[in-house]
Amino acid sequence: MIPERLVNWVALLGLLAVPLWAVVVDEPFTITLVTRAVILAIAAVGLNIALGIGGLVSLGHAVFFGIGGYAMGILAYHAQTFTSLNLIGLVIPGTKSMPVIWLVAIVISALAAWIIGLLSLRTSGVYFIMITLAFGQMFFYFAISWSAYGGEDGLSIYVRNGFPGLNTLVPIQFFGLCLVLLCVVLFLNARLQNAPFGLALNAARQVPTRVETVGLNPVRLKLVAFVISGAITGLAGALFADLNRFVSPTMFSWQLSGELIVLIIIGGVGRLYGPVIGACLFVALEHWLGGLTEFWHVYLGLILLAIVLFARGGIIGLLTGKEGAHV
Amino acid sequence: MSTLLIIEQLLNGVQFGVMLFLMAAGLTLIFGVMGLINLAHGSLYMIGAFAAAAVAGATGSFGLALAAALAVAAIAGALIEMTVIRRLYGKAHLDQVLATFALILIFSEGTRWLFGSFPLFLDIPDALSGPVTLPGGIQYPLYRLFLIAVGLLVGLGLWALIERTRVGIQIRAGENDREMIAALGVDIRRLYTLIFAIGAALAGLAGALVGAIQSVQVGMGEPVLILAFVVIVIGGIGSIKGAFIGALLVGLTDTLGGIFLPELFKLFMEPGAATQTGSALASMAIYILMSLVLVWRPTGLFGARA
Repeated sequence: MIPERLVNWVALLGLLAVPLWAVVVDEPFTITLVTRAVILAIAAVGLNIALGIGGLVSLGHAVFFGIGGYAMGILAYHAQTFTSLNLIGLVIPGTKSMPVIWLVAIVISALAAWIIGLLSLRTSGVYFIMITLAFGQMFFYFAISWSAYGGEDGLSIYVRNGFPGLNTLVPIQFFGLCLVLLCVVLFLNARLQNAPFGLALNAARQVPTRVETVGLNPVRLKLVAFVISGAITGLAGALFADLNRFVSPTMFSWQLSGELIVLIIIGGVGRLYGPVIGACLFVALEHWLGGLTEFWHVYLGLILLAIVLFARGGIIGLLTGKEGAHV
Repeated sequence: MSTLLIIEQLLNGVQFGVMLFLMAAGLTLIFGVMGLINLAHGSLYMIGAFAAAAVAGATGSFGLALAAALAVAAIAGALIEMTVIRRLYGKAHLDQVLATFALILIFSEGTRWLFGSFPLFLDIPDALSGPVTLPGGIQYPLYRLFLIAVGLLVGLGLWALIERTRVGIQIRAGENDREMIAALGVDIRRLYTLIFAIGAALAGLAGALVGAIQSVQVGMGEPVLILAFVVIVIGGIGSIKGAFIGALLVGLTDTLGGIFLPELFKLFMEPGAATQTGSALASMAIYILMSLVLVWRPTGLFGARA
């Protein structure tokens, strides 16, 4: 069996090597593909904090992905049309600056996660799954009927937003930015996992009553985890929108929420690099199987069934012989 | 705003609610007895609609189409229960979500492969088309009245099945204590397959009936599935009565909200902005209803367990 640390390093080095190779042989599309995987990985790392450590099966994480996307879309739209955003008397100018957009995406998705979490965490188990799914759908239909920002057609942003000191229009530079953010998020996740908060959260997933008897509130722990998780997924949404220079209600779709969970299960639930490996494999499969057959979702479905029924630990579980976290 | 319009919209809401009930009843029964969350229930709805459209296209008979929808959905349900779902009982909810999500992918793409991406159309039979005049001079489509009647009849039949038959006793016993009824000599595996097939048949029927007023296409099942989830969250998971009340509440809220919220906002806003705000809010109305019920009663209106 291979040590998990080695698997993690290989994954990270692979993520660095493939785009660099693509620069050398001048294959910008490959860089875009890997960037897509990195951004999906950030979103799934966010979800993994709620799902893998906290045991919260959220089938509505596309809400935060979409909020991040629309935060970018709306701010950049106002900047490119030279208008400003009127929010009940508050006049906010648009912006094309990535750090500002990221901050807005993080704050608003954290706020949304707090409200949704407050409501959904009144319940647990299968109710929680259905309710998060329902909130996802609510945002989806809201985005469709919100005609001021494109409604069903979405919003196109003509030029990618800027980052001080970088030319984000060069694919490899934008990729580097995303990879650094992924590393930051992974570092945060690792620190969180071993901090008292992470340990308490892990315990709250396994035996909530014991956590309660030592004087901690399991629902509060889960709520905090849900907010952190939503904020990270929101950041990924802003990046995803910037990658495509386009936002649309599909960023809120329930399929996307499902796919984020799929990424985690392919890689390994509750494993630090599970979402990273899952996202890379998912994008590779999408590209490769999608090129072979129009109906690649059938194969994805079969692979997923096989993993759920026979290989619970995902790829990391297969390689390292460790089981996935029990959720 | 006339009384006629209000009554017409009320009927539309009831019709929508009754169709949601057909979906929600199966879901809530399957969860109540087997403890399984089934995302693929929307696929069974789609399978019913496609089976009906295909048979109606070949034979021209609406009755045969409905029969085909029931039969094909029930068989598909029994098959997936025996091959996949059976392995998921007693497993974590995450596994159930993922495995049934995988089934959605397989069924949706499989259907696209068989029938193509273009929507099919299922025509309302001549005997049921056209408007009827209701007491009070309201013109209302006969087919929608037929849907309401079918939904209510199925609801009644389901009630009779569960309260008045031997299988119903076994189902209720299964909800309370699986091990005990297995020990008493009931073939629990067969019972589970039967319940799953009944739920699937109801979903297939709903798909075929609604397919005649909307188009029959891949992906038609999931929006309805999510609404059915809202219904059973409101009604309380495992409760058929809750599913019925919840379905009517959701059906009426959605239909009436879409009509009246924009009108309401026109009272104090300019018409353009009112229509926009109203319709945006209307699209959220049922989820707001769900949140309110949750704050008031976290286990739903008729739910016993968390």
